[in-house]
Amino acid sequence: MSPQFLFTIEVIANGLMAGVMYSLVALGFVLIFKASGIFNYAQGVMALFAAMTLVGIQNGQVPFSHLINAVFGTNIHHFGWNLPAIVAILITLVVMVLFAILVERLILKHLVNQEPIILFMATIGLAYFMEGFGDLMWGSEIKILDVGIPSGGSLWLEEKTIGWAAEGSNYYGMYIDKLDMIATVVAILLVISLTLFSQYTKTGRALRAVADDHQAALSVGISLRKIWVIVWTIAGFVALVAGVMWGAKSGVQFSLSLIALKALPVLILGGFTSIPGAIIGGLIIGVGEKLFEFTIGPLIGGATENWFAYVLALVFLVFRPQGLFGDKIIERV
Amino acid sequence: MVSRSDARAVDPGSELLRVDNISLSFGGVKALTDVSFDILRGEVRAIIGPNGAGKSSMLNVINGFYHPQEGEVWFAGEKRRNPKPHNIAYQGIARTFQNIALFKGMSTLDNIMTGRFTHMNQNLLMQALWRGPAEREEIANREKAEEIIDFLEIQAIRKTPVGRLPYGLQKRVELGRALAAEPELLLLDEPMAGMNVEEKEDMSRFILDVKDEFGTTIALIEHDMGVVMDISDRVVVLDYGKKIGDGTPQQVRSDQTVIDAYLGVAHDE
Ligand SMILES: Nc1ncnc2c1ncn2[C@@H]1O[C@H](COP(=O)(O)OP(=O)(O)O)[C@@H](O)[C@H]1O
Ligand SMILES: [Mg+2]
Repeated sequence: MSPQFLFTIEVIANGLMAGVMYSLVALGFVLIFKASGIFNYAQGVMALFAAMTLVGIQNGQVPFSHLINAVFGTNIHHFGWNLPAIVAILITLVVMVLFAILVERLILKHLVNQEPIILFMATIGLAYFMEGFGDLMWGSEIKILDVGIPSGGSLWLEEKTIGWAAEGSNYYGMYIDKLDMIATVVAILLVISLTLFSQYTKTGRALRAVADDHQAALSVGISLRKIWVIVWTIAGFVALVAGVMWGAKSGVQFSLSLIALKALPVLILGGFTSIPGAIIGGLIIGVGEKLFEFTIGPLIGGATENWFAYVLALVFLVFRPQGLFGDKIIERV
Repeated sequence: MVSRSDARAVDPGSELLRVDNISLSFGGVKALTDVSFDILRGEVRAIIGPNGAGKSSMLNVINGFYHPQEGEVWFAGEKRRNPKPHNIAYQGIARTFQNIALFKGMSTLDNIMTGRFTHMNQNLLMQALWRGPAEREEIANREKAEEIIDFLEIQAIRKTPVGRLPYGLQKRVELGRALAAEPELLLLDEPMAGMNVEEKEDMSRFILDVKDEFGTTIALIEHDMGVVMDISDRVVVLDYGKKIGDGTPQQVRSDQTVIDAYLGVAHDE
């Protein structure tokens, strides 16, 4: 096999893995959008908040320590313990459940039957509030997230593949980050469990029912408010997974919340209402931007990854506005 | 409160539901004015009247979707106080909608399984783990759903997403979802609208079978007078939000006020 061919495979593999991360974030959007018609601008900040909370809890950081110290003149920052990653993750999950309940109690409940634009504005407010709240709770410095996921290129894979190229070519084996591989496996498991849950449980069916028809859902006894709490909990859970993976890769800092921006083109490709769409849209964008950078990038000066996804989304908006899998938009005249 | 099994034991022919002096308006529009009637256990009670008469509004009041400004709703001997819509299903009331309201993306089977919602009590964690009691509950309810599917003769479309079904079958699936709840009171809002003669006959047969085999009490809104005469025990007639007639089909058919209301509409249309 020619090194060129092997490089291309490597690029596609890396693209798929980046794509999985985009899919994860997009999935959070789709879940909430389907169940409540809300475009949740705060999805990215939720990922950041979840990651910050996880780091804080794991490191035994005292929440709101700056505030406490300023008010009481104390000087406390740490409880003086470090928790195992798994315990910290479980506690963070509980925090995300509380968060979902609060969102429902304090926001959604009061905005039932409002225009989508008003709900959207509410989530913008929520995003900025959470960003500030997260900083207040855990401090705004860049944090290192270490839950024990290995990183760096997989030597095993490099050794296995180094012989694939012809003798004497300067090919040193395939480079794929272990973190990316693990993120991919975790994301796949997450999607499979979510799918099984929504297909084969009472609550899963209720989630789909609410996504399809609110009145009919009420008529069979489904409480919309309970479903919203569950949906936001799941979205919070997905945000946590995305936050952990991105955080482990590039640190927990404000820019993590910007991954939500990458989800937007994914949603335009996949359609706002389709879970398979979110997944495949993410993969297409991941692979597309890596391949584009690899093939066309050098010709036009590189750095195409910054804009490729958005241009692709624009093309879709013109030719197929409902996305690959989204519900067909029927114009009402 | 009378639980469902207790209520079943109560004599057929006793009062299941009563609405007293219901008035409902939307802004300036008076949808219902001072309407009272009762529904007895085991009967098919038709609600008829021209378009805009307030029939669907009445069903929405019974179903807890609309809260009337005045009047009382009594169900199974209890006065209801502004219930939440989703609690009504737990009291034993199920319904279909005038404009089909199915879960379009879901299969026939899943729609009917969703109708079993009030019969499934396992908590979220058990459901997620799909262990022990949760698994048994899922399987038991699945069997019940299959019974409904057999009853309505829709085995062939079990796995079809309902959005793809023809209109007549969608109406039947919607009936199936309501039946799956094993309700004490079944509310049907124009279950035969837009159907051809053959489909109407099928639907009429199912409604009568439901009444006979399950002992379900049925409130039915229907336009086709022939059907109403055939399958209902008693009829309430509404016009402009007011009750203008109440009695057996024969009584109602020969009532001059009712005839006038219908003739008036016939001229309008
Ligand atoms: N949700 C609502 N908002 C405003 N007006 C309504 C609403 N529901 C019903 N109405 C009005 O109440 C009246 C009765 O409607 P409806 O109960 O649907 O009649 P029917 O089912 O007999 O055709 C109509 O004038 C209708 O416009
Ligand atoms: Mg109507």
